[in-house]
Amino acid sequence: MTAEDSHHGADIAARVERRWATVAVIIIVMMAVLAAFAGIHRATMPQPRVETTDPSRLHLSGEFVESNLGSVLEANGAVTVRAIGQQYSFTPACIVVPSDTPITLRATSADVVHGILIQGTNVNTMLVPGYISEQLMRFTRTGDYLMPCQEFCSFGHEGMWGKVRVIDKAEFANRAKAGGRLSCVGQ
Amino acid sequence: MLVNRKLILAHFWLAFAAFGVALALGAWQMFIRSPLGVWLANPELYYRSLTAHGTVMGYVFPTLVAMGFGYAISESALQQRLVGARWAWTGFWMIVVGAVMAMIPVALGRASVLYTFYPPLIGNVFYYIGVVLVVVGSWIWVALMSINLRVWKKANPGAPVPLAMFANVAGSYLWAWTAVGAALELLLQIIPVSVGLKATIDAGLARVFFSWTLHAIVYFWLMPTYIAYYTIVPRAIGGRIYSDTMARISFILFLVVAMPIGMHHTFADPQVGAGFKFIHSAFTALVALPTLLTVFTICASVEIAARLRGGRGLFGWITALPWDNPMLLALAFSFVMLGFGGAGGLINMSYQLDASIHNTQWITGHFHLIFGGAIVIMYFAIAYDLWPHLTGRALADLGMVRTQLWLWFIGMMVTTFPWHWVGILGMPRRMAYFDFGDPAIAPQALSVTFSAIGGFILLTSGILFLVILARGMRSPVTDAGDYQFSLAVHQPATMPIALNSHALWVALMIGLTITNYGYPIMTLALTEGTSVPAVYVGAQ
Repeated sequence: MTAEDSHHGADIAARVERRWATVAVIIIVMMAVLAAFAGIHRATMPQPRVETTDPSRLHLSGEFVESNLGSVLEANGAVTVRAIGQQYSFTPACIVVPSDTPITLRATSADVVHGILIQGTNVNTMLVPGYISEQLMRFTRTGDYLMPCQEFCSFGHEGMWGKVRVIDKAEFANRAKAGGRLSCVGQ
Repeated sequence: MLVNRKLILAHFWLAFAAFGVALALGAWQMFIRSPLGVWLANPELYYRSLTAHGTVMGYVFPTLVAMGFGYAISESALQQRLVGARWAWTGFWMIVVGAVMAMIPVALGRASVLYTFYPPLIGNVFYYIGVVLVVVGSWIWVALMSINLRVWKKANPGAPVPLAMFANVAGSYLWAWTAVGAALELLLQIIPVSVGLKATIDAGLARVFFSWTLHAIVYFWLMPTYIAYYTIVPRAIGGRIYSDTMARISFILFLVVAMPIGMHHTFADPQVGAGFKFIHSAFTALVALPTLLTVFTICASVEIAARLRGGRGLFGWITALPWDNPMLLALAFSFVMLGFGGAGGLINMSYQLDASIHNTQWITGHFHLIFGGAIVIMYFAIAYDLWPHLTGRALADLGMVRTQLWLWFIGMMVTTFPWHWVGILGMPRRMAYFDFGDPAIAPQALSVTFSAIGGFILLTSGILFLVILARGMRSPVTDAGDYQFSLAVHQPATMPIALNSHALWVALMIGLTITNYGYPIMTLALTEGTSVPAVYVGAQ
């Protein structure tokens, strides 16, 4: 092999590499563009706003006092669910919501870090004490869903399972007529 | 030239002994949470075990491998006796003391916080101090790698730094900087609370600090593996590195873009706004680039070896490869697992897709495939390759080595694929047991059982690995010759300064971290009223 051959080989190698690198960069740019498109156009975004709350006063005043937990039908037909996680349960332990309705879940933790995950859906959020988690959800299928705590929260973590019961829209509206905050605890 | 063999062997033996213990704990954990085991009367034992498994596998084992391998690279690539060997021993003993100190409270059930430091759950202070000692011990290694390179550069002005050492030092800098996140969390937040100086802590801020460490640490674990891909595999199978330049670019890219991406771990967190989450998501996509480049360069390097052995055709060369060579086998397994794990990683980093699998068993599956699979199998390969040079004795039984690698690969597949599946079904991770009697959970029982079986295959492989190494210490004495690294097809004669030094890239790494983390950390630190009461583990 002469020096020119070697040079020639090096040129080819460099060209092939450059081509591969270009393909790799294109793949990555495409992924970022897709994520940006889905985020901006389809509004599939993680929680954009940071809200805080004092976990040691949750039960005394404010949005997360016990009487305000559960599901409420808003005037515009949407539903808001408020819940807290604590070692080792959710309150309410059974959340009742209507099908085919935009729902806002607002939740926080009273002690350590917990997580809410509704099996079979994309509802999945952390509960960090001191901060409020907000997640939009919508169910198309009625029935019961398991809702385990997905973050280790100390020794009783494995027992922290809640439930979400999705009922028919009309039935929910009927139950909401009585006012107050709905849940399916004890049902 | 390997002078400080005892030092290197000490690092490897400690690493692999700790690995063996943690592996046994892992297998036990999978058994106990599967339908094969009975429910624990005291589930807290599971979390103790999980804390020990994660702490050893995450902090102690890979750090020791990187250090031992780093010392070996420094002496053999630079052909220069290690400068500061006494300091190296100091670092080693700090890790021994730190690891023991951390494990005592864990064994006593006083630090069952898992290896991720997520306050306000706070464990015993000695657990945290032990971890800090491990990290500080490893920082001595970082300093020594930098000093050794400097000494060599002074003696060889203008010469290209050997690729193995270039990558090794890049890895050490990456580690030094990524460890700063957890160090800040420990020193500023957790340790003051765990000794009782403070009673409250900002849990959100702590998670952001920890995310700084939590992702780039994976690339630090990856460094020895990538160094082996580039500088051991081609030599061991009779090939050449396709491109020395591309290798350097890959390592530089890891150094620069691996750091500012950790916030994708907080996609589902309430304390970080959507903007920074998106930026970190995009950067995480970017870090796929060095891996894509590596896959190309290494496949091309392997192809060179095959064609030198007479392989022909578009794909025909694959059969010409020396498939009985354990190094090739390890590489092939590693690439397969890297492929699956990497594909899962792209899903995790996608801002939108993450929601379906966040914090489920999928995540456990993903990182076991990448770390336990793609990375650790190359740690085995590194040990097999280095052992004859460290002990002066040959590893004779290649059949046993191949069996061990096969078992590891199969075990990892059997363990992690069902995990991915139940993760999609929404099975949360880190739980001591599941009620498989519940009709909603029962369908997952079979998958979990498979995982547990995989765990025991892995344990068998791990034991076999230790046996092979131990037997290698007693086989007949041979002269393994000088420890060599792969040569490139076009071995560089000169090197542009940017590809021959790290200063520019370290500056970029720090700059990018500050832009990607500075503002969120500042805002969180300045927000009033976000500190919450600490919850102490084991307090009644």
